[in-house]
Amino acid sequence: METLVRENRRQKGTNGQGATERFVAPVATVSENTDGYTLQVEMPGVNKEGLEMWVENNELTILGRRSLPTVAGTIVHRESRQENFRRTFELDPSIDAGKISATIEQGLVTLVLPKAEQVKPRKITVS
Amino acid sequence: MSLIRYQTPDTSVWRSLDRWANLRDEINSFFESPSWTSPVSQAQLFNGWAPAVDIYQTNDDVVAVVELPGMRKEDIELSLHDGILTIGGERKEEGAEGDKTARTERFVGRFRRSISLPTRVDSNNVKAAYKDGILTVTLPKAEEVKPKQIQVNVS
Repeated sequence: METLVRENRRQKGTNGQGATERFVAPVATVSENTDGYTLQVEMPGVNKEGLEMWVENNELTILGRRSLPTVAGTIVHRESRQENFRRTFELDPSIDAGKISATIEQGLVTLVLPKAEQVKPRKITVS
Repeated sequence: MSLIRYQTPDTSVWRSLDRWANLRDEINSFFESPSWTSPVSQAQLFNGWAPAVDIYQTNDDVVAVVELPGMRKEDIELSLHDGILTIGGERKEEGAEGDKTARTERFVGRFRRSISLPTRVDSNNVKAAYKDGILTVTLPKAEEVKPKQIQVNVS
């Protein structure tokens, strides 16, 4: 199989909470080398506290809740989206889900997904 | 002497000006871009990257909030000229040689975005902060455009 990560567009309710909440899909880039995959996801306004990721049924879900700067005064022009971010990817069987690590810096989430034989479901903590 | 009624500035005109500024930026970056060869940047040449900008007004300031995820502070360029705030910079290609890119949605390269400010500002006291991938630029309004109380004297 060539790609790590096939996007899963089926949006199901997560953990039974906020089934009606709307999300936007963040922009992502995937690259591959011999050791594994790197997944970069853009989530402006999200910090470590607002980031939640989990692997379930061989699917990786990344959820980012924004903590946007509060500006007093009236908005005269808006282009930003107010929704939180969520995107789900299907993991390639070569990925060891137990060894996925993640960092977030200036609203950019970087996940390192090393290749391995077996695939186990596991919660990912943000380092 | 005539009195002119105060009117809220028409932001719709300003928005259309902003659109022209975008177009100008896109045309400029088209000619500046040296990377004709790579198919990835060619695709991005036409889409470009226009980071989302929100503009707020308070009594004393104009505040621009810009989404710039994953930049280094040093790579953000900010300038103010003739009432036009320009936000630009460069996002460099990361990753080692030999990496295969399976999916590229993130913009890589130079970008620029110009915004016509709704009022005159004091260019000497502009402040910018970058946190969680969001750039907040605070531009104090010029003294002469700040709302002022006028004392009524009874003679």
